[in-house]
Amino acid sequence: MQMDLRTVSIEPLRHTYSHIARRFGDKPASRYQEGTYDLQATVNFHYRPTWDPDHEIFDPARTRIKMADWYAFKDPRQFYYGAYTLARAKQQDAAEATLGFVETHGLVDTLDAALRERAARLLLPLRHVAWGSNLNNASVCAYGYGTAFTQAFIYQSMDQLAIAQNLTRVGLLLGGDEALDQAKDDWMNADAWQGLRRYVEDTFVLKDPYELFIAQDVALDGLLYPMVYEAIVGGVFASQGGTAIGLATQFMSEWFGETKRWADATVKTAASESADNTAQIEHWVTHWRDRAAAALRPVAQIAVAEGADELIAEQVEQFNARMAKAGITV
Amino acid sequence: MDMKATSGKKLGLKEKYRHMTRGLDWEPSYQKKEDIYPYMAYEGIKIHDWDKWEDPFRLTMDSYWKYQAEKERKLYAIIDAYAQNNGHLNVTDARYLNAIKLFLTGISPLEYMAHRGFAHAGRAFPGAGPRVACLMQSLDEIRHAQTQIHALSNYNKHYNGFHDFSHMLQRVWYLSVPRSFFDDAVTAGPFEFMVAIGFSFEYVLTNLLFVPFVSGAAYNGDMGTMTFGFSAQSDEARHMTLGLEIIKFILEQDPDNVPIVQRWIDKWTWRGYRVLTLVGMMMDYMLPKRIMSWKEAWEVYFEQNGGALFKDLARYGIRPPKWLDQIAFDKDHISHQAWATFYQYGAASDFHTWSPTDDELDWLSKKYPDSFDKYYRPRLEHWREQAKQGKRFYNTTLPQLCQVCQIPMIFTEPGDPTKTCYREVDYLGEKFHFCSDGCKEIFENEPEKFKQAWLPVNQIYQGNCFPDGTDPTVEDFEPLAKVLEYYHVNFGRDNLDFEGSEDQKNFAAWRGMATTNE
Ligand SMILES: [Fe+2]
Ligand SMILES: [Fe+2]
Repeated sequence: MQMDLRTVSIEPLRHTYSHIARRFGDKPASRYQEGTYDLQATVNFHYRPTWDPDHEIFDPARTRIKMADWYAFKDPRQFYYGAYTLARAKQQDAAEATLGFVETHGLVDTLDAALRERAARLLLPLRHVAWGSNLNNASVCAYGYGTAFTQAFIYQSMDQLAIAQNLTRVGLLLGGDEALDQAKDDWMNADAWQGLRRYVEDTFVLKDPYELFIAQDVALDGLLYPMVYEAIVGGVFASQGGTAIGLATQFMSEWFGETKRWADATVKTAASESADNTAQIEHWVTHWRDRAAAALRPVAQIAVAEGADELIAEQVEQFNARMAKAGITV
Repeated sequence: MDMKATSGKKLGLKEKYRHMTRGLDWEPSYQKKEDIYPYMAYEGIKIHDWDKWEDPFRLTMDSYWKYQAEKERKLYAIIDAYAQNNGHLNVTDARYLNAIKLFLTGISPLEYMAHRGFAHAGRAFPGAGPRVACLMQSLDEIRHAQTQIHALSNYNKHYNGFHDFSHMLQRVWYLSVPRSFFDDAVTAGPFEFMVAIGFSFEYVLTNLLFVPFVSGAAYNGDMGTMTFGFSAQSDEARHMTLGLEIIKFILEQDPDNVPIVQRWIDKWTWRGYRVLTLVGMMMDYMLPKRIMSWKEAWEVYFEQNGGALFKDLARYGIRPPKWLDQIAFDKDHISHQAWATFYQYGAASDFHTWSPTDDELDWLSKKYPDSFDKYYRPRLEHWREQAKQGKRFYNTTLPQLCQVCQIPMIFTEPGDPTKTCYREVDYLGEKFHFCSDGCKEIFENEPEKFKQAWLPVNQIYQGNCFPDGTDPTVEDFEPLAKVLEYYHVNFGRDNLDFEGSEDQKNFAAWRGMATTNE
């Protein structure tokens, strides 16, 4: 018997899951909502972690930030896995088309040799910074609390792995694997990079997931990305005939434009919860911003012989304005 | 620096991938390695050279995104069409829905736990190769949790028992079986976690979990479940490869690792096997159209496939897991013992149970010639008779639970299916109870851990499973009603017999609308 089931009009018993209905009412819910809210266990844990017996498996006491409800956080991009993957696949396609254009037209070979060398010296050690960020964001995902907060960190972590891999490709384009070896050597030994490497290694031992988020995604990335990809690649290099470098690193600048909206929302939600949160975040932001600015100064000097101080000052000013909008005065 | 022309030598794939992973890593000098990776020593596993790790799959993020995005596009197109076309009315019989309720409440939240667990493991390992593989799996696992929740969302709109899966996992008595299994794994150290989940669960036992559900869906007209199952398969292939690679890597690194890993294999095969009791019951009783019996599945997917695997691992000094002789004996029994339990406790569950039809009883007699007619069929027929007379049997005394697997004491002595198996241990002046030698030995190896278990029945007795503000001293206090309220199980809708349920009535009415002119 052939049934035409489409003709059946059925009144559903309910429009969404009960835990979603308790939050938003019983009405059709988005995939972000159903895939996010209350997914993480909060009560009746069976055993304490052998690796951290002072806490439950998921425990809001791992951070000094206090939230009445950790599901107050909301990703403005509404990324659940499907939305995230589709967005990244699209961005990657666009970035590859651009990179392909640079390659087939031999645009890198048209670069002035000195500029090409400076670009490599600046950009390639950054693949190690991204690799560090992959680790840090995995930490926040693992030890943070509540899916609305933690989910975006696995995306951020894998984005940073992708950025490290993208920069590796750019490096191979600029100077083959010798350029990568040189960059690694600089990262390990050159004076210009030791402040930044120390910064990154110091964040590896942070235990508070929210502080780690501030140190990595807010302070460091908040200064590094606009400085490197907007001011230096998009400004200084472009004005010196280096448009090709901007094309080759398009993914990173677009990625930062998108992810900073999420970072801002994540700061704003926690800060607007209480004066204590605000004060704590202001303390962390100030501390890590100052350290990041100091660590980035010698890096900026690789690209601009003169004016590194002004460049950093501009970045800090922009960063402070951005934080003010999120409710953080620094 | 001498810059090469772009047209310089091309790198091989392997070399290129090395630049994309280990080439990114460095030896830290501003912080000590033990402080950056603090969980590497305490389990006693010795790793001398992380570079000996062979990357089982060389997948860079750009290819990952493209490949996965394509799968997501296809999957959600099918989920949408299935919902729009009322595809749920195509399932063989509304009883089938209870199998996927079990999946959504018992398995999907564990996919989420796997996501967090692999993030933790990936963060913990100092090697670039295992870190990338674990974090990629962490990303896949949140995919599995979400695609399952999304695919089953339309069932939730039309049927009972799906509606509060995350809340229930943390409270409902039998759901502490799968939950404590995963809590046990993530509270273990990162190496044990990898042997527990990456190897024992994803590699050794995975077919016994996913084949029954995915084929069960295919056999019973459930396109929605089938589609997410198939879509996850290529992820699973990567996870299995990782599971095998990690265990070989650990074993090759130091001979001192062998006895530790052996103990974990023993523990996690037994723990996993106990959880699979629920799957065995589902296969033998809950699929209107059966795929194969639990016993057959165990023989194909464990005894044959697993046998070959352990032959292969013998060269590392690893022997097959303990207690296999008991499992081999029990394969004639556990699914029947479990169904009988759920049938009796059908008032306290979030899905429906029922009496099997004659056809189904005959199928079971044929599949279990040595046990079913002798031990189990008469009781089922008796219960069915009772139900026909309006005296459907509901057991209201709470059963004792095993301290480790948390299943009620329903299993029988090895070799004697008429005698319930009880074991106990005195630890620090307290008595602990176990369903088997396996669970007892697991406790004895880690008493400090397992004495913490949140046992649902004990918690009810201690008054911890009532809604806030409940006063158990009032007259006419009905503990079961209050416990169900705490569980968010809607009495008369989510629980009790399938016969007479809202699911049964609605399904029949909606199907009728499609096949008649009313
Ligand atoms: Fe999974
Ligand atoms: Fe047990």
